[in-house]
Amino acid sequence: MSSPTAENTARPAANRGIRKAVIVGGNRIPFARSGGAYAHASNQDMLTAALDGLVARFGLQDEAIGEVAAGAVLKHSRDFNLTREAVLGSALSATTPAYDLQQACATGMEAVIGLSNKIKLGQINSAIAGGVDSASDAPIAVSEGLRTILLDLNRAKSLTDKVKILGRIRPKDLSPDAPSTGEPRTGLSMGEHQALTTAQWKISREAQDELALASHKNMAAAYDRHFFDDLVTPYRGLTRDSNLRADSTLEKLAKLKPVFGKNLGDAATMTAGNSTPLTDGASAVLLASEDWAQAHDLPMLANVVDGEAGAVDFVHGKDGLLMAPAFAVPRLLARNGLTLADLDYLEIHEAFAGTVLSTLAAWEDEEFGKTRLGLDGAFGTVDRSRLNVNGSSLAAGHPFAATGGRLVATLAKMLSERGQVDGRPARGLISVCAAGGQGVVALLEAR
Amino acid sequence: MAAQKPAQQNDHPDKYTEFVSRGLGRDLAKRLGLPQPAVLRRYTPGAPLVQGPILVVGHTEGSDAVASVLLSWGQDVRRHATPKEKLGAVVLVLDELAHPDQLSAPLREVGAALRDLNRNGRIISISGQVRSDDAPEVAAARNAVDGIMRSLAKELRAGSTANGVVLANGVLANAPSALSALRFFLSARSAFVDGQFLTAAAEGTAVQQDWDKPLQGRVAVVTGAARGIGAAIARTLARDGARVVVVDVPAAGDHLAAVANEIHGTALQLDITVTEAGARILDHAAQRHGRLDIVVHNAGITRDKLLANMDPGRWDSVIAVNIAAQLRMNQAFLASSHFTDNPRIISVSSTSGIAGNRGQTNYAASKAGVIGMVRATAPLLSGKGGTVNAVAPGFIETDMTAKIPFATREVARRLNSLQQGGKPGDVAEAIAFFASEASDGVTGNVLRVCGQNLVGQ
Repeated sequence: MSSPTAENTARPAANRGIRKAVIVGGNRIPFARSGGAYAHASNQDMLTAALDGLVARFGLQDEAIGEVAAGAVLKHSRDFNLTREAVLGSALSATTPAYDLQQACATGMEAVIGLSNKIKLGQINSAIAGGVDSASDAPIAVSEGLRTILLDLNRAKSLTDKVKILGRIRPKDLSPDAPSTGEPRTGLSMGEHQALTTAQWKISREAQDELALASHKNMAAAYDRHFFDDLVTPYRGLTRDSNLRADSTLEKLAKLKPVFGKNLGDAATMTAGNSTPLTDGASAVLLASEDWAQAHDLPMLANVVDGEAGAVDFVHGKDGLLMAPAFAVPRLLARNGLTLADLDYLEIHEAFAGTVLSTLAAWEDEEFGKTRLGLDGAFGTVDRSRLNVNGSSLAAGHPFAATGGRLVATLAKMLSERGQVDGRPARGLISVCAAGGQGVVALLEAR
Repeated sequence: MAAQKPAQQNDHPDKYTEFVSRGLGRDLAKRLGLPQPAVLRRYTPGAPLVQGPILVVGHTEGSDAVASVLLSWGQDVRRHATPKEKLGAVVLVLDELAHPDQLSAPLREVGAALRDLNRNGRIISISGQVRSDDAPEVAAARNAVDGIMRSLAKELRAGSTANGVVLANGVLANAPSALSALRFFLSARSAFVDGQFLTAAAEGTAVQQDWDKPLQGRVAVVTGAARGIGAAIARTLARDGARVVVVDVPAAGDHLAAVANEIHGTALQLDITVTEAGARILDHAAQRHGRLDIVVHNAGITRDKLLANMDPGRWDSVIAVNIAAQLRMNQAFLASSHFTDNPRIISVSSTSGIAGNRGQTNYAASKAGVIGMVRATAPLLSGKGGTVNAVAPGFIETDMTAKIPFATREVARRLNSLQQGGKPGDVAEAIAFFASEASDGVTGNVLRVCGQNLVGQ
């Protein structure tokens, strides 16, 4: 066991080269549809549970980890040190530093990439990247009008002033502001944005329903063959993701009415079945240098090879809100001398079935490849038998900041099981879109 | 742990025992002739082995050897009782018995010492195993010890117990295996073991060990460890120094993680009925710890139904979890190069497997099956210095037995010589004893942890 001091000073800056960052394993709690099993669990409760499950799996009790980074998209202002508080409540050593970060749905991905980079640079030897979100225990704010009045009230000195200020309150000020998934610059919800993109790329209802069905079937099969036994720890009576429908059928999905893009008429194709529901959950991934993993007799599933963030101008430009990965992935692969055909697994986050299919359509489109990606033709075709093979967010649900950790741990295990392909380590890609027109993608490689 | 608190084992005596152990309750129980269960002395590391001097009865070379070992353990040893002096234990060495006539003198000496036996005292016999080639009078004398100790156990009060060490052919009274069994019976680890015998099947090898950390450096796996008896076993093995891998079905993973974090072990979520369960456990233990030394097969389920109403689901699931999984995993363990350094297997059986129980043909089949398996596996392991044993718990106070209706539970827990239910920790202590390297040579046993339940042996 390395001492806390050794953890933080293992490699003097002068001697540092770039070394490898490995994924040791992961843990998450089953994801729950909002208002369900975790209705009364806070972000801190869930993140602590995810950390404790990880600690139990890898025997990290009282271990001082180099750094823990996690975040939540829907976050109470009192949770400014959410991750550090979760660490203090966990079985980890209290000398483990932690910070919060937030990049919408890409929070977990950014935590993995940022911490991996610190490991690669020798600044830390071990890390835990995570994320949590509760749509059930979401913060509710008072209206902007009431907030201004209350702040004035706080500053008022005399009783008369206070009474005067209180007299400014009007009934409309009393209705609270609940958080929404609306984009501040367009006022459109994420689903409405995607509905436009889905229509733009002419993605059919059937194709979306098929992708949703595959997600449920694949994830249920993975649970049945015990794939998630060392990735998930039950929580509050839930042993599997509550959104998972092993018995879903195309007929059942076809009966659902569109919920987004209803003003598009016949082009309204997005239903509750092919969109992710609001979800509660948390995830954590253990990252390490090779030396640290070896010294702790821990497995090494995969290397974090590279990561890339991207953004599109969804407000003024031609691209849909969730299309940033369509640009980030080609850049990431080009930098690493790879094409889509070189990937053994692709994990494309299913915010909506339409998101995945719009991205694939863009990559197959010659015009898009030439004019937007600057290529000679289309970027390429994804072999669907390599896409989300153990299901993804349509089945598991999508607790925003927790999805990255789920994807990274799942893909790392798949790559480790696959091992070598044609004499080289199996490769996998993760692509996660995020609010604000952003996206974060990463490349992993089997050990 | 913020979110998941492990089900802590209840260390307090049941309410009735508490009530009748002092003051008004004690007087009332005495006057009405009600059962008066004692508050049993339980093991804590560093506490004295016994509470008072140990009287060694017998005049053989074996008794002298045992007395000198007890002295070397720092015990206050008496070869003759001093009247009115409270005794912690009596060790009755009968290793050279040749005829029932020879029982009279030593037994009267024990009888005279009984009134001076301290609370939670210990009477332990050491005698030869009955063999089919014994002369009839030798066999009669040796088997007589069985009747004596089981009867004496029923006569003792105030938490005192009577148990016996049985020496296989050629095993001396001071053989390492016999001494390990003797020490267990003397100690508070055996609080809920009464009227039972342990056989020292082979001499065993003497090991230098820290009696407070007997499992230091050993790697153990405990199945069914998320709660109840399994969690208590994991805690006890960890307390004794072992690094523990706790195993339970994925659905119990939250409780399992809490146990792992409490004892600084690792959690392995695993359905033990899958074909590769043994390999998965070996991989985990080998990768994290480089070895596997101790396997505790504790996972078990009940699906009670009268045989007339038994469906295949109930029958098959009980057999699959309680015995078939153990057989399959043992094959993997026995074939592994990681399970070769004084390996230990301990299975949890049940008094139902010994005495039978209405509505439990399936469960009793599995638990009696465990006993058969243990006996047949012992010779397979002895080649590598390994042992395999079973414990058979009687009425143990767990979340499961807490669900039994009050009156039934109250009757069930009094139906033994100690007139109370045992604690999960009592089962765990017996398992830790078998797991110890000092228990080399103690193999093929089925030890009941039942306070001498009135049914069965």
